[in-house]
Amino acid sequence: MAVTRNADAVAPVRASSPLSIWFSRHVSISIGSLGRLSRHPFSSLMIVLVIAVTLALPAAINLIVKNARSISGSWDNALDFSVFLTQDTPEDDAQALGRLIEQRADVDSVLFISASQALGDFKEHSGFGAALDQLPDNPLPHTLVVRPGAGNTSASMILLHEELGNLPETEHVQVDTEWVQRFHAILDIVRQAIAIGAALLGIAIVVIIGNTIRLDIENRRNEIEVTKLIGASNAFVRRPFLWTGFWYGLFGGLMALALVYYGLFLLQGPVARLAGLYQSNIAIATMSFQEAAAIIGIGVFLGLFGSWFTTARHMRRIEPR
Amino acid sequence: MIQLENATKRFPGGQEALSGLSLSVDKGEMVFVTGHSGAGKSTLLRLIALIERPTSGQVIVDGQNTSRVKRRKIPAYRRQIGMVFQDHKLLYDRPVADNVALPLIIAGVGHREASRKVRAALDQVGLLHKEKQRPETLSAGEQQRVGIARAIVSRPKLLIADEPTGNLDPDLSLEVMRIFRRFNEVGVTLLIASHDISLIDRLGCRRIALADGRLQQDPEEEVDPWL
Repeated sequence: MAVTRNADAVAPVRASSPLSIWFSRHVSISIGSLGRLSRHPFSSLMIVLVIAVTLALPAAINLIVKNARSISGSWDNALDFSVFLTQDTPEDDAQALGRLIEQRADVDSVLFISASQALGDFKEHSGFGAALDQLPDNPLPHTLVVRPGAGNTSASMILLHEELGNLPETEHVQVDTEWVQRFHAILDIVRQAIAIGAALLGIAIVVIIGNTIRLDIENRRNEIEVTKLIGASNAFVRRPFLWTGFWYGLFGGLMALALVYYGLFLLQGPVARLAGLYQSNIAIATMSFQEAAAIIGIGVFLGLFGSWFTTARHMRRIEPR
Repeated sequence: MIQLENATKRFPGGQEALSGLSLSVDKGEMVFVTGHSGAGKSTLLRLIALIERPTSGQVIVDGQNTSRVKRRKIPAYRRQIGMVFQDHKLLYDRPVADNVALPLIIAGVGHREASRKVRAALDQVGLLHKEKQRPETLSAGEQQRVGIARAIVSRPKLLIADEPTGNLDPDLSLEVMRIFRRFNEVGVTLLIASHDISLIDRLGCRRIALADGRLQQDPEEEVDPWL
């Protein structure tokens, strides 16, 4: 007793401000709940891993769509025009026309496909070989595949399209944009599907974290009862569980990022090889800083929401008996 | 400090734990509640601690009618009362000092001030040298003293105890009662449920005898045969 009094006299207690008490309390609770997780490293890791995979999945698919879009976007400018010539154009004239077109500044190259060559290809690939043999003569025209030069703008492409169409030998000019548009439409659908899937996976994360914290609450039921018995509010007994949810979300988000980056690392080699084959310098688009931050943010939000939701339901129920 | 006016507690099954009980405990009193198990001692303490509310009648503690304390205000209400339990109700995952500090942490007392008060409380029950130990390494008597230190650490005006010596041998019981006596001497009001009549008589405190949820009309019946 005497010792205590002396200590009091020597060092008068400095009154801490309520804010600093609140802050240091939160720091100690957050570290406490972190310590609790580290006491069961395996099960904590499992839950973090489940959250990470659930977050990484939509993030990865989103990245694939983003890359597909950027690659297909570059294809827009490298479209070929298929110029189908009239049936009565002789093969020599057609070849001459091809050479003439190739002279143009806005044209990179012209490939001549003769009618017989086209029919041969069609027989080989269509599977109608025998039926096509029955035809009295070749219904296919000669074709010029015109590849526009790299310097074209979309306006100059339209002009080229028109001029090719106005040639007297031309029957029809086809631009292969349709499949690009279809491809983009498909990507849009995939994007929508990701959004829906991601929402479902988000619900899954809330449920996983909620359930984990529910078990945690059951395990610490006695502690909660005792704490409430000596005057703890619902908010007080809730706090460590909210922090647990926060940590699950944060580590889940960080691990999801690690998974996505590891996946990118694994793909780097094959993509470089593919790019080499196409003699292009396609590089994988990685996540932007905002996207990476969003994954972590979503993880933390879902973790907090899951624990908030569960504790709101269960804390009220546990009352001292 | 405590007034019960015609307080009745009826459980859903229909049986009455307390039947129209009226009693009063003054400020600074040290009062024992005796009676067989099932007489209503625990229910009386539970009504005071607001673990239960009376079915009818009134329980007034330090001027507050417990029936009017809102659910959200119950934690703040309980913080005014120190509580000691037969089974100690300590948290076994943390050291003695952290157990004693719990009411202060709940009340939002700063770390420095809390640790000073914890040491003072442990000193009062003679366990200052065990502050870093885990409760399970302590004897039953020591654990009960930790429970008492936790109950008094925030200096409540009222302390209620439910069979605090129920698991202790006579020497340890006397020790615990002496500690209670010291708190009473500095003005704390105590209400202690116990069936250890010989011990109560040695302390010479007022006794409220309960039987079947009512005040016992003839307390002499219950006199300890050894006295």
